[in-house]
Amino acid sequence: MSAAEPVLTVEQLTVRIPTRAGTVHAVTEVDLRLDAGRVHALVGESGCGKSVTGAAICGLLPRDASVRGRALLHDGGTAPVDLVTAGPATWRRLRGRRIAWIPQSAATSFTPVRTLGAQLAETCAHLDADRTPAELLELAGLEPAAARLFPHELSGGMAQRAAVACALAGRPRLIVADEPTAALDPGRTAHILALLRAAADAGAAVLLISHDLDTLAEHTDHVAVMYASRILETGPTATVFADPWHPCTRDLLAATPAGGLHPIPGSPPALTDAAPDCVYHLRRPAPGFSGGPTHLTIHGDRTVRRLIGADR
Amino acid sequence: MSLRAHDVTAGHDGTPVFTGVNFTVEPGRVTGLTGPSGGGKTTLARVLAGLHRPSAGQVSLDGDPLPARPGGEIALLYQSPRQAVTPRWTLARIIGEPLRARPAGSRRSGPPDEIVLETARLVGLTPDLLDRRPHQVSDGQLQRACLARALVQRPRYLLCDEMTAMLDPATTASLTAVLTARARAGLGVLAVSHHRALLDAWADVRFLLDGGALTALP
Repeated sequence: MSAAEPVLTVEQLTVRIPTRAGTVHAVTEVDLRLDAGRVHALVGESGCGKSVTGAAICGLLPRDASVRGRALLHDGGTAPVDLVTAGPATWRRLRGRRIAWIPQSAATSFTPVRTLGAQLAETCAHLDADRTPAELLELAGLEPAAARLFPHELSGGMAQRAAVACALAGRPRLIVADEPTAALDPGRTAHILALLRAAADAGAAVLLISHDLDTLAEHTDHVAVMYASRILETGPTATVFADPWHPCTRDLLAATPAGGLHPIPGSPPALTDAAPDCVYHLRRPAPGFSGGPTHLTIHGDRTVRRLIGADR
Repeated sequence: MSLRAHDVTAGHDGTPVFTGVNFTVEPGRVTGLTGPSGGGKTTLARVLAGLHRPSAGQVSLDGDPLPARPGGEIALLYQSPRQAVTPRWTLARIIGEPLRARPAGSRRSGPPDEIVLETARLVGLTPDLLDRRPHQVSDGQLQRACLARALVQRPRYLLCDEMTAMLDPATTASLTAVLTARARAGLGVLAVSHHRALLDAWADVRFLLDGGALTALP
């Protein structure tokens, strides 16, 4: 294992969200470790629990969600803060300063009636930031003139860079970016990923939730693959993508254009009142991996979910 | 037989995005169109659909000038399914809308409910999802419903504008497989995407629209 310093350790995080159709098993017993200076990818099909995991870390879950487990934010010399049990006063201290969130649809996350400059200034003032709006714009690769624009005057790529500028205002230790490049073309995608890398190089831990597997091997250090609320495989991104162990990871990679656009049979399971264990075998038979009680097994810097008793 | 732009110039507020473009969507294959943001990909697709009036040139549908109100021969699929559906309708009603809007002109036989069920199955939507409303399904499931809505009216040409940009790789692979199968059955598919690797893997022919000009890609 590396000697990197953890910023966040998530232990057995479990999120249940009540709906009229039943209880949604959104996140089940998720372990994650987010290290300073690293970009971590969280991948999986739509609806597998990636965004809910990110929302739980950022304290943005619906009020009626029930959460178990811990998410410990390590904050320098002081005792770690458990984000799962943190109250409003703690969150006011952490949000923006220790933890920042970059939304998927940045253009709709700004107030439409005020300029970008005014909103950046408000963010800086609120956080007592040591950075000015002009510095943040430059950091995000935006022209100083962008400060005078209203959100509807920004292109998708500019709005997304502006959201990164806002997130960096308080020099957060942890940045959670939920699909920040989904609607962007390759050039703008590369720019946003470079900004996240720069934030990691400056000492932050970055969690990048993404569908765009093609870009991840180059731009992230570590990957976790989720399916139906559970983590199935983790490890260094380049290693895992070059030699995926779990059938789910192999199928996700084979579904990408580079992998040949092979569809995965069947569809993702409903997570309302879900089965008590990994159900990947319902998509395709996965001997040794799914179809009974499973656990994550550790192999050096990688982990993979296997049937209990099928360890190699 | 094709959907064709002849020497078309189009743009916004009098400024052309592209000039003198000739472009053809052939039945039976997937035609890819890529290029940078702002290069005119969406504008060209809208010209072909009759939704954007070119400042010069014309569009022909199977040899005839494109009618002012095409009768269901051309369907469009957008990037964001959430912005393309009525939030208060069930998926079944969303998918069946073209059948109600154009009952006499429908070239499909059979009762609407059966056509909706059959098309939903084709795009990988299970019957239990059809009673749900958009907020109760994922983006991928909703985009499948939008594809089903486009297919129920049996278009001869389907123009997909960044259809998979918001989708996960598994859903993308699944929907492109459905469209490839429809193309083999005779549908003309235009796939607009800034994702070059996707078109390399999916499209039968590929074109680049950049700097106002169209070039064929290998």
